[in-house]
Amino acid sequence: MTRPPPLSRRAFTRFTLAASAAMLAGTDRARAAAPSGEPIRIGILHSLSGTLAISEATLKDVMLMLVDIQNRKGGLLGRPIEAVVVDPASNWPLFAEKARQLLSVDKVASVFGCWTSVSRKSVLPVFEELNGILFYPVQYEGQECSRNVFYTGAAPNQQAIPAVDYLMSEDGGGAKRFALIGTDYVYPRTTNQILQAYLKSKGVADADIMINYTPFGQSDWQTIVSQVKAFGSAGKKTAVISTINGDANVPFYKELGAQGITATDIPVMAFSVGEEELAGMDAKPLVGQLAAWNYFESIDTPANKSFIADWHKFTKNPKRTTNDPMEAHYIGFNLWVQAVEKAGTTDHDKVIAAMVGLRQPNLTGGIAQVLPNHHITKPVYIGEIQEDGQFNVVWQTPHEVPGQAWSPYVPETAHLTGDWTAPVNCGNYDTQKKACLGSHHA
Amino acid sequence: MRKALLALAFCTALACQPAYAQEAPALPPAAPSVAAPVQTPADAYTDMASTHFDAIIRGVERLGRSGEARALAALQALEAHKLLAGNDTVYIRTDTGLVDARTGQNAPADLTGLHPVRLNNRVRQTLASARAELLLAQGTQAERRDALAQIQAHPDAAMLPVLDKALADPSNKSLAGSLNAARAAILLSPGAQPVALSEQLAAVAAIKAQGGLAAKSLLSRAATLVPLAPQTREAAGKAVASIDFRLKLWGYGQDLFYGVSLSSVLLLSAMGLAITFGVMGVINMAHGELMMVGAYTTFMVERLVAAYIPALAPFSLILALPVAFVVSGGLGILIERSVIRFLYGRPLETLLASWGVSLILQQAIRSVFGPTNVAVTTPGWLGGSFALGGLEITTVRLAIFLFAIAVMAALTLVLKRTPLGLHMRAVTQNRRMAALMGIRTARVDALTFGLGSGIAGLAGVAVSQIDNVSPNLGQGYIIDSFLVVVFGGVGNLWGSLAAALALGIGGKGLEPLIGAVSGKILLLVLVILFIQRHPRGMFPMRGRGIES
Amino acid sequence: MSTDFSFRSARWTALAVVVLAVVLAFASLLPQSSALSVSPFVVTLCGKYLSYALLALAVDLVWGFAGILTLGHAAFFALGAYGMGMYLTREIGARGVYGNPDLPDFMVFLSWHRLPWYWWGSNHFAISLALMLGVPAVLAGLFGWLAFRSRVSGVYLSIITQALTYALMLAFFQNGMGFGGNNGLTGFKDVLGFDLTAPGTRATLLALTGLILGAVLMGARFLMGGRYGRLLVAVRDTESRTRFLAYRPEQIKLLVWVVSALIAALGGALYVLQIGIVNPGEFAPANSIEAVIWVAVGGRGTLTGAVIGAVLVNLGKTLFTAILPEFWLYGLGALFLATTLFLPHGVMGLLRHVPRKREEEVTPEITNPEGSNA
Repeated sequence: MTRPPPLSRRAFTRFTLAASAAMLAGTDRARAAAPSGEPIRIGILHSLSGTLAISEATLKDVMLMLVDIQNRKGGLLGRPIEAVVVDPASNWPLFAEKARQLLSVDKVASVFGCWTSVSRKSVLPVFEELNGILFYPVQYEGQECSRNVFYTGAAPNQQAIPAVDYLMSEDGGGAKRFALIGTDYVYPRTTNQILQAYLKSKGVADADIMINYTPFGQSDWQTIVSQVKAFGSAGKKTAVISTINGDANVPFYKELGAQGITATDIPVMAFSVGEEELAGMDAKPLVGQLAAWNYFESIDTPANKSFIADWHKFTKNPKRTTNDPMEAHYIGFNLWVQAVEKAGTTDHDKVIAAMVGLRQPNLTGGIAQVLPNHHITKPVYIGEIQEDGQFNVVWQTPHEVPGQAWSPYVPETAHLTGDWTAPVNCGNYDTQKKACLGSHHA
Repeated sequence: MRKALLALAFCTALACQPAYAQEAPALPPAAPSVAAPVQTPADAYTDMASTHFDAIIRGVERLGRSGEARALAALQALEAHKLLAGNDTVYIRTDTGLVDARTGQNAPADLTGLHPVRLNNRVRQTLASARAELLLAQGTQAERRDALAQIQAHPDAAMLPVLDKALADPSNKSLAGSLNAARAAILLSPGAQPVALSEQLAAVAAIKAQGGLAAKSLLSRAATLVPLAPQTREAAGKAVASIDFRLKLWGYGQDLFYGVSLSSVLLLSAMGLAITFGVMGVINMAHGELMMVGAYTTFMVERLVAAYIPALAPFSLILALPVAFVVSGGLGILIERSVIRFLYGRPLETLLASWGVSLILQQAIRSVFGPTNVAVTTPGWLGGSFALGGLEITTVRLAIFLFAIAVMAALTLVLKRTPLGLHMRAVTQNRRMAALMGIRTARVDALTFGLGSGIAGLAGVAVSQIDNVSPNLGQGYIIDSFLVVVFGGVGNLWGSLAAALALGIGGKGLEPLIGAVSGKILLLVLVILFIQRHPRGMFPMRGRGIES
Repeated sequence: MSTDFSFRSARWTALAVVVLAVVLAFASLLPQSSALSVSPFVVTLCGKYLSYALLALAVDLVWGFAGILTLGHAAFFALGAYGMGMYLTREIGARGVYGNPDLPDFMVFLSWHRLPWYWWGSNHFAISLALMLGVPAVLAGLFGWLAFRSRVSGVYLSIITQALTYALMLAFFQNGMGFGGNNGLTGFKDVLGFDLTAPGTRATLLALTGLILGAVLMGARFLMGGRYGRLLVAVRDTESRTRFLAYRPEQIKLLVWVVSALIAALGGALYVLQIGIVNPGEFAPANSIEAVIWVAVGGRGTLTGAVIGAVLVNLGKTLFTAILPEFWLYGLGALFLATTLFLPHGVMGLLRHVPRKREEEVTPEITNPEGSNA
């Protein structure tokens, strides 16, 4: 046996030193850029390991690409932008810890990150305490309006409600009966609560709504799919609204295919199935199934084409798909760049104040405007799954829909509104009591 | 001022939402924002060249009515996305060029300005009906039968004369049953002209005789359809109740099938563990990852077959079985030789080491294949389902069930009838004695671990057909696998079978009653309590070598 | 497996932990400009490590001394955490998003109108404290009594502890349970009227965690160094012989099992105070396995080793998730492999100056598939 050369210990020491230096100074730098001066740091808080890496790892890459592009354009305020990447490892307390690290150790100007609601909820107290800025790129259940968060994904009224309208329209098949199938966590629960109230307001009877929740990672869908089938045999056009989360979708669609349910019999409208998820499925049995998003890769606009080309170039993979949360990061990042330029500084308070009202062209030919409630305006598209795993847009809203933080269809929040501009400056303003609830004062 | 601002904010948040809802029929992205043309264009082909779904649907309907042979070709092209529109007409794209769908003549192959005819679910639905209508007149016997099934599934009053004509056609004699059923379905659907009461009642009886969910759906609608006679509606209601009763009885059988099918997945995933853990005493936390490797092997084999021998593509799954067995088995032998063999006699420490192995394997797959799912296709011959009485048997589940039985049988044979099995049992029962008899225990250990790992790979192939293929695949199965082996009794294959059946059927039996999650929790608690009563599982292994 | 009953190191470890925690706590109160100032980030991090060290200590007591490989100790940790989380949630009161003085936000959100009965009393700290320690203790007592009485041992015991934590995880994930579902409990503001985000509160909590950990270490040292500790090791090594000597192994094991659950619950409660969130992920079976690994890395059956292992592994995790975000799992996996293969006594084994007799080198000839005393 050969002994390793004595150098190894020194190498080890060097490694540890480098490691601790990196720990103290921030981490995993993006490559150096042309602009000079002290770099502006932004944090990227997406899981690279664990169960969520499936969805989040891509978003990290998109952010690195956006930073790269911006630096090539000359950086920001003449300074280069530097991305600090950390791995919260799909672990909620680790999300909070990493958020604190980004804000208090790396002193980042803003953070782009989180995926599930719980990851956002776990970092929220940290961002509010340390007055950070978070851009959250995922469609979510609403019912939140923090001063320190910009919600660039869809609120329920920007995804769920237009989708139901479509299903009830003639083109959508004129559905009269709805099965709401979801994973048991807060996004499906709230979305379904809102949808239930909305469906009732449209005259759908209680007996025509079926609600079912399954645990995360549900892999055996036989019983539920057969229940849906039985539910669909009451002589009325039936549609499924799926808020099934990521991983459980593949076995769900496989079971639909196996039990012979096609989109023309019982269409399934999904809120969490996009191009990225379809890339991991055999799309043939799914043709015609629906999804509602604010962006599809297949939408043919010059901006989208160049974004996709950039993405392929950056990942060196001409087959990598783009999806809705990626566009949300594109919008969020560019809005933040605009806000910093407008404010002339990365100071958190000034940037937050500069954000509201900014307008950024999105990738599908519309404009995303930042609203006083820190949500943005988004168009809503309904797409049908095609054999190649892309979506064919069959319906769209005529203009962008402004995001609502609080749903008017939930009695507890019908009278709440969020407005982070003077004089209200409150995320949960009760319009009846004319008071800001809780302690979310600025 | 403050109030006004607030009101404004509130309005921007709320007001736009109902506004768009009323403008419901939205437009395709590139389309001009005018309503569909009011005047009816010259013919179906012009209709289909439109960008409006309403016009396309009208065109498809007219093609169906036309009875032309060329119409069928156009419809089939539309379904395959091979119908292009432009210059107020549509072209079929063939391998060689363009064909004008209206005339059947070759057209100049200029693709500029052409766009594929748009499809949505409504168009697809109309398309299926129109094609059925054409096939009923032109198709072969089998095509006509399929067409009738389509017509019955989506009855349309306008189809009645077509059916009557077909009934009068002597060549359709053997299809009389299907024709009458389809006719009955139309008579009971909205939009049909009311016919004589006796005919209505006969229709109800005909549909009732068919049974099943489709019949139930049709009759439930008929029961509320006002143009039908009150007696008919009453009869339909009664028929629904009777079908419901039969469905309920069959439902128990169906739950049993689901349970058995879940059991076979559990058994498959636990069988490898029953060897590595049950026979060898290695708490192999990397078992799930060995399944994952099997699933990824399936993916690779499928890719390679598709790239090099596309003719065999439908059977790549079968090719994947031996490959996955070898890959996972080889990996298992590698793990045994490099890690596990140093830990014999310390089973609880094998847990920690194999947990480390599982983390490394997961991350390795993530580095190589990326963190996202990969797509493993289900071959055509495994897709879909068939009816067995009132049961609906999904082919893929049946295949997994049969596969589990086959693997179990093969494993039993290996253990009982081969020298390797004999050596394995000898080493398990009394290692030192076996060594003294000249058995190379180290080699037997490696092969045993390899066998268990190889079976995990086979399970991975099966699981790739029903579940995600992702780096997280293994995590979803490991706890259940251990539970099956421990519940059944460590070291006893039949115990694992019994445990898998109990957990699978129990879980599926509880699911309709209390939900999937509560059912699972209840089962876990029951297993915990069972083990308190029977500390060595259902079928404890007896023997001198086993007692601690 | 040998056990050195002197545990001299435990005393020093306890002292070191206390001193370190108190010093860090004071340093965090210094003005930011001071060279010795410690950032709140480091304070929270240290608080987390010390809470985990309590969990590791709990695992060490049952695994190192009683030979029960628990794969479900995170359940007790999480139950303690939920107990504290419930109290902290009630402390928020009307300052939640919806301003409802009686119901936590997530209940308002799901349109609940009344507090479920199991939340009663959670607004009083004393009752909550009794619950956060009592519930895990009672559960552990019940579980242990059933299991040890019927002589469930080895792998069977390990697997049912795992089943226990898995069942609890599934249950807590359900929104219908009334514990906030997947989101769990978060957004805390005060504890006993002190602002949780204030530097003073943070420093106090860190010092308190250090003190409690030190006290538990000393307590464990006292317990394990005495007659009871010897009995426990006797049960671990040859349960049947101990039984023949007219001892009651099930009672001996039950006591350490319940004490260990209490320590884990205490760790959980302190963890929530400093981390500010608890959710069903804490029940995940992987967490329990990780806790076992901390102990293995540090050296089982040594008390000090548990603390060292917990701090080392978690420090490594913090560093490597930041430095090598894409590759740290390889490192973690390799660490487990290396520890089991090359460091059967963990870090503590390295620290012992005289290499001991190689009694752990069990040849493959002695296989024990039941593994009751591995």
